[in-house]
Amino acid sequence: MLAAFVVGGILVALLGDDPIETYQLLLGSAVSWPDGIGYTLFYATPLIFTGLAVAVALRAGLLNIGAEGQLYAAAFITAWVGITFPQLSPWLLVPLAGLAAVAGGAVWGGIPGLLKARFGAHEVITTIMMNFIAVALAGYFTQYHYKKPGDPILQTVEMGANARIARLGRFVPGLPERIPLNLSFLLALAACLGVYLLLWKTKWGYALRATGANPGAAEYGGISTARQIVIAMALSGGLAGMVAINDVLGYRYRYYDGFSAGYGFTGIAVALLGRNHPAGVLVAALFFGALLRGGLFVDIFTEHVSKDLVQVLQGIIILFVAAEELFRRGVRGPGRLRGKV
Amino acid sequence: MLELREITKRFGEVLANDRVNLAVEPGTIHAVVGENGAGKSTAMRIAYGFYGADSGEVVIDGVARRLASPEDAIRLGVGMVHQHFMLVDTMTVAENVVLGAEPGSRFAVDLAGAEERIRELSRELDLTVDPRARIETLSVGEQQRVELLKALYRQARLLILDEPTAVLTPQDVAELFKVLRRMREQGKTIVIITHKLSEVLAISDAVTVMRDGRVVGRVRTRDTSAAELARLMVGREVLLRVTKGPAMSGASGAPVLAVRDLVVQAPDGAPRLAGVSFTVRAGEIVGIAGVEGNGQSELVEALAGLVPRERTSGRIELLGEDVTALPARRRKERGIAHIPEDRHRRGLVLDFDLAENAILGVHDRPPAVAGPGGVWLDRAAILARTGRLLSEFDVRPADPALPARALSGGNQQKLVAGREITLPPKLLLVAQPTRGVDIGAIEFIHRQLIALRDHGCALLLVSAELEEVTALADRLLVLHQGRIAGEVDPAVASAEEIGLLMTGSQRAA
Amino acid sequence: MRNLLSLEMVFSSIRLTTPLLLAALGGLYSERSGVINIALEGLMLAGAFTAAVVTHFAGSAWIGLLAAIAAGVVVALLHALACIRYRADQVVSGMAINILLLGVPALLSGAFFDSTGATPQIPRVSLLPNVPIVLAFAMVPITWYVLYRTRFGLRLRAVGENPEAADTAGIGVARLRYLAVALSGALAAIGGAYLSTGQSSLFTRNMSAGRGFIALAALIFGKWRPVQTMLACLLFGCAEALSIQMQGVARVPVQFIQIIPYVLTIVVLAGFIGHSRAPRALGTPYDEKR
Repeated sequence: MLAAFVVGGILVALLGDDPIETYQLLLGSAVSWPDGIGYTLFYATPLIFTGLAVAVALRAGLLNIGAEGQLYAAAFITAWVGITFPQLSPWLLVPLAGLAAVAGGAVWGGIPGLLKARFGAHEVITTIMMNFIAVALAGYFTQYHYKKPGDPILQTVEMGANARIARLGRFVPGLPERIPLNLSFLLALAACLGVYLLLWKTKWGYALRATGANPGAAEYGGISTARQIVIAMALSGGLAGMVAINDVLGYRYRYYDGFSAGYGFTGIAVALLGRNHPAGVLVAALFFGALLRGGLFVDIFTEHVSKDLVQVLQGIIILFVAAEELFRRGVRGPGRLRGKV
Repeated sequence: MLELREITKRFGEVLANDRVNLAVEPGTIHAVVGENGAGKSTAMRIAYGFYGADSGEVVIDGVARRLASPEDAIRLGVGMVHQHFMLVDTMTVAENVVLGAEPGSRFAVDLAGAEERIRELSRELDLTVDPRARIETLSVGEQQRVELLKALYRQARLLILDEPTAVLTPQDVAELFKVLRRMREQGKTIVIITHKLSEVLAISDAVTVMRDGRVVGRVRTRDTSAAELARLMVGREVLLRVTKGPAMSGASGAPVLAVRDLVVQAPDGAPRLAGVSFTVRAGEIVGIAGVEGNGQSELVEALAGLVPRERTSGRIELLGEDVTALPARRRKERGIAHIPEDRHRRGLVLDFDLAENAILGVHDRPPAVAGPGGVWLDRAAILARTGRLLSEFDVRPADPALPARALSGGNQQKLVAGREITLPPKLLLVAQPTRGVDIGAIEFIHRQLIALRDHGCALLLVSAELEEVTALADRLLVLHQGRIAGEVDPAVASAEEIGLLMTGSQRAA
Repeated sequence: MRNLLSLEMVFSSIRLTTPLLLAALGGLYSERSGVINIALEGLMLAGAFTAAVVTHFAGSAWIGLLAAIAAGVVVALLHALACIRYRADQVVSGMAINILLLGVPALLSGAFFDSTGATPQIPRVSLLPNVPIVLAFAMVPITWYVLYRTRFGLRLRAVGENPEAADTAGIGVARLRYLAVALSGALAAIGGAYLSTGQSSLFTRNMSAGRGFIALAALIFGKWRPVQTMLACLLFGCAEALSIQMQGVARVPVQFIQIIPYVLTIVVLAGFIGHSRAPRALGTPYDEKR
C-alpha cells in the first residue's frame, strides 16, 4: 500500500507539484474539526456501505462491480417513497424509505446473482451493464415523472420534511448542522457489526464463506453454492443500497442524477484494502473518506493536481493489492466461481 | 539404446525412484510394469527430459546425456506419448501434430504439406487418421494415434508410451498393438509403461518390474508368466498391519447400503460406472480394489450425493429407504458420512480454522447451532466438540484456531476422518484414506476404521493401495472399467488373483 | 420510420461499430491466449486520451494515433505483468486498470489543460479520416488469417486451450501471452483514439461509456471468432445508431433506447442467444512445471 502512495507521489511530482506538500494538504484537511472530521465521516459513510457490499460478495467468491448501479436504483426508489407518501409520520416514513432502499439494492444485485447461478453469466459484466441501466432508468423516471417542471438539473422534487433523517449536528455539540453527517453514519457502524455477526457467527454466514473459500468443499458439506451466490449478491446489493439512506434521506432529500462520486467503485478498493473484513472495511472507508475530503482541498489549493489523484491512487492500490495478496496466498479470490467471461 | 543408471529422484518427502537401473535394447518393445506409485512414470519422464534426476545417468545410444527439457530428448530421437493426452481439442490433427515444429514460414504454415506427411506416415504404419479432423471429433483410440504421429513426425526412434491402454477399448488396443509391431519392424524402439499384465505378455519382448521406486525384476517376456509378474508387482506378503477380528457374523441381517445398477457418466457423456450392484451390511467393511480410473471415484461421489442427477441412474438404498434422489445434505442427515479422496478439494476449507472445519457438513445443526432451529453458531459447543475430536484423533497441533492449511497431510486427514467418524454415521464412505499420509497416521486411521466397524457401522472402503484394502476389508470387490470384475475374500485370496482381476485378465480358475 | 433505414443509418452504424470492433478484436487475441481482458474499457480510454492530448500538441492525428498505440501497449503490459508474472486474479487486475484509467486522464488533463477531464477541442482538419473504420473491418479477415493460418495463431490457440500441451511441444506460454495482451492493448487503443480524434474531436472523462465491456460481450457472443464477433459488434453498433436516431424522432423516451446495448449484453451473457465455448484455459494462470 505504501508503494501505491509512492507511485502517486511520483505522479504528483511529474505534474509539477510538491508531493510532500500535496499529501500534507490531503491528509491535514481531513482531520480538522469540525469540518474536516465531519466531512470525512460523511464521505466515509457510503464507502462503508459499498465496502461491506463488495466484501460480502468477495467472501462468497463473487466480484460485485455493480454497487454503483445498486445504489442508484436504491436511491431512486427511496426518493420515490419519500415523495409519494409525504403524509406518513416520520417514524413510519423513514424506516419505510430505508427498507425500500435496501430492497431496491437487493433486487438490483440479486438479478446478476441469479444470472450467474443459473446461466453462468459472469457477474462482472452483468453488474456493469446493470449500472448503466440503473442510471438510465432512474433518469427516465426522474425526467418524465418526478422532476420539477422547468428544472434544468436532472433531479426529483424535494421530499417532505417527514422523510428526512436528522443530521448529527443536532446532537453533537460543536458540530454545525450544515455538515451533512447524519444518523446513517450510525447505521453504517451498525452494518459493520451486523455483517461481522452474520458472516462469522451464524450458520448462514458460514455457508456463504465456505462457498467462496472452497466451493467443492461447500458442496461436499451439503451447501448449495447456487443458492449462496444469489443470496450473497442480494445481500451485497442491499448493503450498497444503504448508501441511498445516507444521501437521499440524510443529505439531498431528493434523487439527484450523478449524486454518487463513484462510491461503488471506491467500494472495491475499500473492500480489498480492508481484506474483506468489516473491521478492515471500516478503517479503509475512513481512510478513503479522508482522501475524498482531502482531495477536494488538493484540487483547489494546488496548481496542477486535481482531486482525481484520489481515483488514481485507488486504481494503483487495487492493482497492487491484487497482485500481492493473491500472489502470496495462491489462487484465491473471485477466481473460483468462474462463469463465461 | 536407452539406459537408466542408478536414477534417483525425490519429490518432497517421497522417494519416487530409488537407484533405478533399466536397459532397453534397440528394436524391441520393452514393458515397464508396476502398481500405481511404483515410480514407472517418473523414471520414464526423466528419460524424456521432463524431470531432472537427483542423481544417476540417462544414457542414450551409449552416451550419457544431459537432458534439460523434452526438446533435448526430442532432438536425440526420444518421443513420449503421455497418459493424459497433450492435444488441443479444437484444432485439427495436422495442427496438433506439427505444433511447435510447424512447416512453412512464420506467416503461412504449410498445413497442406503437413497433411501430406501425416498421410505418408499413416500409410507406413497402416493407421487410419484424417489429418483434417478436429481432435474433439475423434475417438480415444484415434486420439492416441495422433499422439503417436506427433512423436513420429519429430522423427522419434525411441517411443515411450505411458499407460497407453488405460483408456482404450479392447479393439483399440488390438489396433494399437498392430501399429506398435509395425513400428518395431521398422527398427523403432518402444517402451511401454503399464500395469496390464495380459498386454505385457502379448506385446513386449522384455519386462522391467518396479515396486515402491525400485526395480525388482528384469525378465524376458517369453521366460515369464502373468502369475510371476503379478507376484513381483504386488509383493508376496500381504501385510496384515492391523489385527482385526472377523466382521460381526451374519452382520445384522439387513443391509445398510444396497446399490443396484448404478451408472455414472462423465460430463462428456462417457460412462465411468457402467452398472454396479452390491450391498454393505452393518458391522462389515466392503473394500473396493482396482487401479485408479476404473470408476471408484465416481462410485463414492455418487453414493455421497455429489454427482448431478442427470449424470447418474440406478438405485441407492440406505436401510431400505430409497435415497437416490436426495441431495448430499439430506444423505448426511440420514447417516451417510464421507471421507473424500481429495481432502483439499472436498474435505476441508483450508482457509478456515480447525473448529470451522470440524463442523463442515453439520454446521446448520446442533450442536454447532444453538437450538434446533437456531441461527447462531454456538462457539463454545463447537470448540468443545473440536477439542474432543482433536484429542481423540490425535491431531497435531491441537489448536482449534489454526487454519487447516497449517496442518500436515496426515493430520488433516485425521481431522477429516475424525469429523466423519464421530457423527456417528450409519454408513461411512471412505476413499483413499491414507493417501499422502505418514505411517503413524495411517495406522491410527486404520484402527479407527476397524473400531467403527466393530460398533456396527457399515463401511465402504475404496483404496488404490492393495495392501490397505486387503488388510481392512471383510469382503473385497474388484472394480474394472466401471464394472465389478469379481468378489474375493481378502483373507484367503492370493495377490495374483486380485492382481489379475484388477488388470482385466480372466479370473484364474 | 423511413429515415431509420436510410443510408445515413448505415454509415452511422458503421462508424459506431468501429471502436467496438477494434476493442473486441483486441480482446480476442488476449482471451484466445488464455488471459481474460476486462481492461478493454480502460485500454480504450488510454488510447482516447493519449490520442487527444498528443494530437493537440503535435497537430497531427496520426502522431496521436501512434502515441495512443504506445499507451495502449504499456497499459496492457501492466495488466499482463500482474496476471502472468504475479498470477493476480485476472478480473480484479482488469478492473483495477479500468479504475486507474478513470482517474489518470482526468489528473493529467487537469495538469495540462486545467480542466476536469476534457481536452481542448481539436480543429477539424487535424482529425483522423476514415482510416480506422477501414482498419477495423480489414482486421477481421486479417485476424482470421493470423489465427488460423500462421504459426503465431496456431500457437496462440494452443496456449489458450491447453497450455500444457503447448509447453510440452516446446512453446513459451508466458511469452506468447504477453504478446497477445500487448496486441489487445494496441487494438483497443486504436479504437479509443478513433473515439476521441476521429468520431469526435476531444476527450471527455469516461468517454467510452462502457464500450469496452460491450466489446467483451460481443466477443463472447461471437464465440471468440473473428467473423462472428464482427457481426455481434455490428449488432451493437446498429443498436447504438438506432438509439441516436430515435432520440429526436420517436416518442419513446431516450433512456429506453440508450439501454438497448446494455440489456442486449446481459441477454447474450445469460446465454439466451447461442451457447459459447470459451478457450479452455481462459482465466487460469499457467504454471510452467519442471
